[in-house]
Amino acid sequence: MAEYRPGTPDQAAFLAELLDRRLLLQSGVPGVYGRGGAFEDVCGRVGDMVTRAGTPEQPEQLRFPPVLPRRDLETVGYLKSFPHLAGSIFAFAGDEGQAAEQYERACKHEDWSEFQAMTELVLTPAACYPVYPEIASRGTLAPGGVTVDAGSAYVFRNEPSGDPARMQMFHQREIVRIGEPETVVSWRELWRERASALLRGIGLDAQFALATDPFFGRAGRMLAASQREQELKFEVVVPIAGPEPTAVASFNYHQDHFTAAYGIEFANGAPVHTACLGFGVERITLALFRAHGLDSQAWPAEVRSRLWAA
Amino acid sequence: MNTEIRELIAAHARLAVDVDTLADDSSLYEAGMTSHATVNLMLALEGSFDIEFPDSMLKRSVFESVSTIAAALTELQQ
Repeated sequence: MAEYRPGTPDQAAFLAELLDRRLLLQSGVPGVYGRGGAFEDVCGRVGDMVTRAGTPEQPEQLRFPPVLPRRDLETVGYLKSFPHLAGSIFAFAGDEGQAAEQYERACKHEDWSEFQAMTELVLTPAACYPVYPEIASRGTLAPGGVTVDAGSAYVFRNEPSGDPARMQMFHQREIVRIGEPETVVSWRELWRERASALLRGIGLDAQFALATDPFFGRAGRMLAASQREQELKFEVVVPIAGPEPTAVASFNYHQDHFTAAYGIEFANGAPVHTACLGFGVERITLALFRAHGLDSQAWPAEVRSRLWAA
Repeated sequence: MNTEIRELIAAHARLAVDVDTLADDSSLYEAGMTSHATVNLMLALEGSFDIEFPDSMLKRSVFESVSTIAAALTELQQ
């Protein structure tokens, strides 16, 4: 089981306030919360704000469930980069006697994992993952490529924490650009500016930072160094709670990682690259409650008008 | 040493071209070596040469070419 990381005192205090106000609802497992109405309202408004900002590119709207075929997780090499974060779905496989034994152990809250077998599904770890096989299934890519708005999807990371901003199950609001390398790079640059303006517009102290993914182990340190040297990942960080500001959005240039895995190409054989941007919906919502107070009705008029616009 | 390095590159770097067509100082990245392939090569070098790259060497420039890899291995074997 992944090791629980306690929150800092101010993270623990902020979480206690959120639970006390029933903005977040305790589940009994760290990092997994229900959402109260006022919290969910803001989450929805944050998502809508991103949708409005992305309208100029007229992205294709696609939606996927929060589970992913296990084969796709395998194809993109997730288990090499992030074996520690993945969540795989297992289900009962056995006869009546084993079902009875499983039930008996479960009633006593003992280990019943031996009656479980791996299914074809895993929990989706990143909202853009289902997009690539879908695009690959359509055949060669038309010149100019495609922009996909994958919506606001639940994703899972196996990292129980006492920091309310480090949830195990949370929403990523993702948009994906698939196209010529230069097209993809300039799209990412465009969104860097756009995202920064969006977040500052709702009163958040948004700063840019060069970033790396939390790759696993020594191989991961190599991948992280490579990612940093090539400036493949940027984040927008905002103060929430804790000693460091928290990443609330990321801008990721994958080069040909996904297109090579799925064989996505142009008809003339020119290389196709991808980039995605992901907004952490709950983190932005938490940052808003932290910056403007726990009563969203009392937030500054300018912030409210930008979120509750139209 | 360079021959053994080249064999490991051929096996693990998944280059777009034959490694024998590259000079010792040619860029492996320009020849198509991805970040993930670099990790595979790094682990293969550690196994074959019985060394462990310190964190300070886990960066792209160390694995840039046959020459840079040979220089790093020589330093580690001293």
